[in-house]
Amino acid sequence: MTTRATAPDHSLPVSGEGATPMQRARATTIFEKGAPGRRAFACPAVDVDAVDGLLPDGLRRSEPARLPEVSEPELVRHYVTLSKRNFDLDSGFYPLGSCTMKHNPRLHERAAALPGHARLHPLQDPARAQGALELMWNLERALGEIAGMPFVSLQPSAGSHGELAGVLLTRAYHDDRGDQRTKVLTPDTAHGTNPATVTMAGYEVVKVGTNADGGVDLDDLRARTDDTVACLMLTNPNTLGIFDPNIEAIAQIVHDAGATLYYDGANLNAVMGISRPGDMGFDIVHYNLHKSFTQPHGGGGPGSGPIAVSERIEPYLMTPRVVRREGDGNGTGPRFDLSYDHPQSIGRLRGFQGNYGTFVRSYAYICSLGAEGLRDASQTAVLNANYLLARLRTLGVAEHLPLAFGDLCMHEFVLSGAPMKRDLKIKTLDLAKRLLDHGFHPPTVYFPLLVEEALLIEPTETETRETLDAFADALAAILREAAADTTIAHNAPYTTPVRRLDEAAAAKRPVIRQTL
Amino acid sequence: MSTYTAVTPDDLQAMLSEIGVGSLEEIFERQVPAGVRLGRALDLPAGMVEQDVFAHLRALADANTSVEDEVSFLGAGMYDHYVPAVIDMLMERSEFLTPYTPYQPEVSQGGLQVMFEYQTAISELTALPVSNASVYEGPSAVAAAAYLAKLANGRRRVVVSRGVHPHARQTLATLAPGYGQEIVEVGLRDGVTDPDAWAAAIDADTSAAIFAQPNFLGAVEDGAALVAAARENGDPVVIGSYDPIPLGILTPPGECGVDVAVGEGQSLGNRLDFGGPSFGFFAATHDYLRRMPGRIAGETLDVDGRRGFVLTLQTREQHIRREKATSNICTAQALNALGGVVYLAWLGRRGLVELGELLLQRTHYARQALCALDGVRALHEQPVVREFALILDADVPRVITRCQEQGVNPGYALGRDYPEHPDGLLVALTERRSRADIDRLVEVLGAAVAAERQAAVPVGS
Repeated sequence: MTTRATAPDHSLPVSGEGATPMQRARATTIFEKGAPGRRAFACPAVDVDAVDGLLPDGLRRSEPARLPEVSEPELVRHYVTLSKRNFDLDSGFYPLGSCTMKHNPRLHERAAALPGHARLHPLQDPARAQGALELMWNLERALGEIAGMPFVSLQPSAGSHGELAGVLLTRAYHDDRGDQRTKVLTPDTAHGTNPATVTMAGYEVVKVGTNADGGVDLDDLRARTDDTVACLMLTNPNTLGIFDPNIEAIAQIVHDAGATLYYDGANLNAVMGISRPGDMGFDIVHYNLHKSFTQPHGGGGPGSGPIAVSERIEPYLMTPRVVRREGDGNGTGPRFDLSYDHPQSIGRLRGFQGNYGTFVRSYAYICSLGAEGLRDASQTAVLNANYLLARLRTLGVAEHLPLAFGDLCMHEFVLSGAPMKRDLKIKTLDLAKRLLDHGFHPPTVYFPLLVEEALLIEPTETETRETLDAFADALAAILREAAADTTIAHNAPYTTPVRRLDEAAAAKRPVIRQTL
Repeated sequence: MSTYTAVTPDDLQAMLSEIGVGSLEEIFERQVPAGVRLGRALDLPAGMVEQDVFAHLRALADANTSVEDEVSFLGAGMYDHYVPAVIDMLMERSEFLTPYTPYQPEVSQGGLQVMFEYQTAISELTALPVSNASVYEGPSAVAAAAYLAKLANGRRRVVVSRGVHPHARQTLATLAPGYGQEIVEVGLRDGVTDPDAWAAAIDADTSAAIFAQPNFLGAVEDGAALVAAARENGDPVVIGSYDPIPLGILTPPGECGVDVAVGEGQSLGNRLDFGGPSFGFFAATHDYLRRMPGRIAGETLDVDGRRGFVLTLQTREQHIRREKATSNICTAQALNALGGVVYLAWLGRRGLVELGELLLQRTHYARQALCALDGVRALHEQPVVREFALILDADVPRVITRCQEQGVNPGYALGRDYPEHPDGLLVALTERRSRADIDRLVEVLGAAVAAERQAAVPVGS
């Protein structure tokens, strides 16, 4: 069946008339609520003899910060009402490419909230934080095995922070050899964090092209790789969902030039238990615990970006490091500690030991799945992506939204909206906004940059076949609707708490706080 | 054992048939070169059922001594404040816990408005007009601020007070070579940043000058004087790293002339979590609006004229600007920042001041009482608001162990970070530590110091 011009689906709103209940109320901030004298917090009594003049007048605040004055019921109602103006993964399908919006098991929240984890002070004596250090040790070993690189630091706070660690480790490695290098290569398909990181680490970004198959252009790579190149940063499978068939040759070229190979682990969900960055020849990898390992995204964090490295990079890893000291053989078990004595280390990247709360969740996930389950997760992620791709072909969607590269895909795939824009006169943005009326979160749009009108779709392994079918049907319905009447998509969405927002005005005259 | 997947054997057959392949393996064989396929199972333990995973994680939790298991005066950057129940409830709500970064604003108004409210709250707290939607945490916020300074003026030196948190100084030292910056440290005198050394260190090639308020030893710095000295000596970007709780009673950075105020947000409604996740706040004067790192939410209207919120000024950011971005930050700490703004709204205008006063009084009481002990004296006499440093006439780690054996954690040993104070102990207060708790600390610490001094006396003397 191909996409045909049929009447729009009138079960969905096709105009902005008749606001939904959530649209009727004007957005009001907590600062516009309450009244002078209201409060939620009752301060504990001053139970010591109060002394005047403890703080010199010159150091004292003269006017209190104008914080809200609300009762607890007002506070609760305000934020619960606000929460309902969010789309979330627990309520709906979220096929956001390169973001791995897989199910966040509730077990993890319960475990992370245990006082022994949640209320453990980061500077507690390691002898009294043995459970936390053991958990970190175990997680390091598991992540190391998954990536095929034995030395792990859990410290980085997010993927981009892990990237920064990786490039700084590369710098330390070359510096130690007296080798001054100035450039870092990134493919034109790379996540924006890669080039941004390279600049922050003091290197020049050099782009490498993509070949017709969606992989690294080997000729271009060879031409750009010399002894001024410190590192190649690569995502594999890349942001096109393509596993680079030339990965071994790429590693060879980079290593022959004395550079390091960095693996952006954003797409690790495609290959757990199937292929390992260490075995592909990478020196450094970062993991996104908030992608492959179920840390909830929290509306934009917290995340966690541990890294693993090969033997030659190991001396430079961040401190402190978790170490395990064997027992004395007389019934004493192993003891865990934090180790600071690593003279070649690049040092710290942040405070304390990293985002421990995310470690608890990701460790729980690995314990639940085990080796077999992790492999099953990646296999199913790839199965689901290929099934969705096939459904879109069957429904005729591919005629307007063809696969940009390849035939099969790994855990995600990129469609080009160029034919749709040309033939149906709706843009990828319109399609994305109309998907909201169907109750789906849109895919990543306009990324990767080298695909015109790109849609990057990652269904993940935790979605049912029925959901994938429904999503494919929705895309087909929107194309049919557009063939009959383009204005419907142009003006979408209609059912959301607000409709299309004027982002240009927001950037031109920024209003970034409530006026009081 | 659960994989959280849903593919039945029937599903699998139907799906493979739709794809047009004979087996799942074929999909991989056609894409992943044989040379890099892992021809074996991962060497990991077998999966476990949910109740067994929970039991394992509880056993690990039970092997830790949390602030529920002892009376803790440990602070040094993270503090055991009471977290109200409403915060647990809100942070666990699916609608806040499970969305991604709000790239589709029409269905992300909740999260975007929270960011907008958070920015307003931080702006009020710091008396600075511009706040972003949070960065990772305190120490990396200091380093991010130094990067802002580098982008702003291109100068080479970063002057940093030794009163800044050691983790922040270490983070700066890790990142500065990448920024092309050199770190110059200014020492402390009488517990605060040495004003003469500070003025002497700042010159026309100084990109940023950084101090902490209160500083790591708990002393309240004269922020206005530090800023004035910096203005006279080369006029760098002045960065203050603030503990947010005492800002209820201390002059805010905006009124001291500070350009960029950052800090650790954990004490605003976030858990200790053995060090994270929390959030870092990042506020600045208008001059630096377009150089800010991270997300910023802004107000606008939709096509029907309704008020709404979007991520704004995105041309600063990595996904648009790539190698020319003001920072590489992508994922930040939205959920933790939610905890922060809800906490500040829960405390409210008067509550933050009352909390600051309570801590001021209890801190004074504790310092007086502890300094009255034999073998204990103040490391400095500066004003303190929630934390203070002592000098013990006894081996500090051993005293700490003795106290912990009595169920009291007396604080943080300064020796590792401040070798010049091998006998230093940093004691922190929160509203959870009552007068009775302080009295207990006095009793236990007094006994521990006495016992250590006794034990240290050579036999026969």
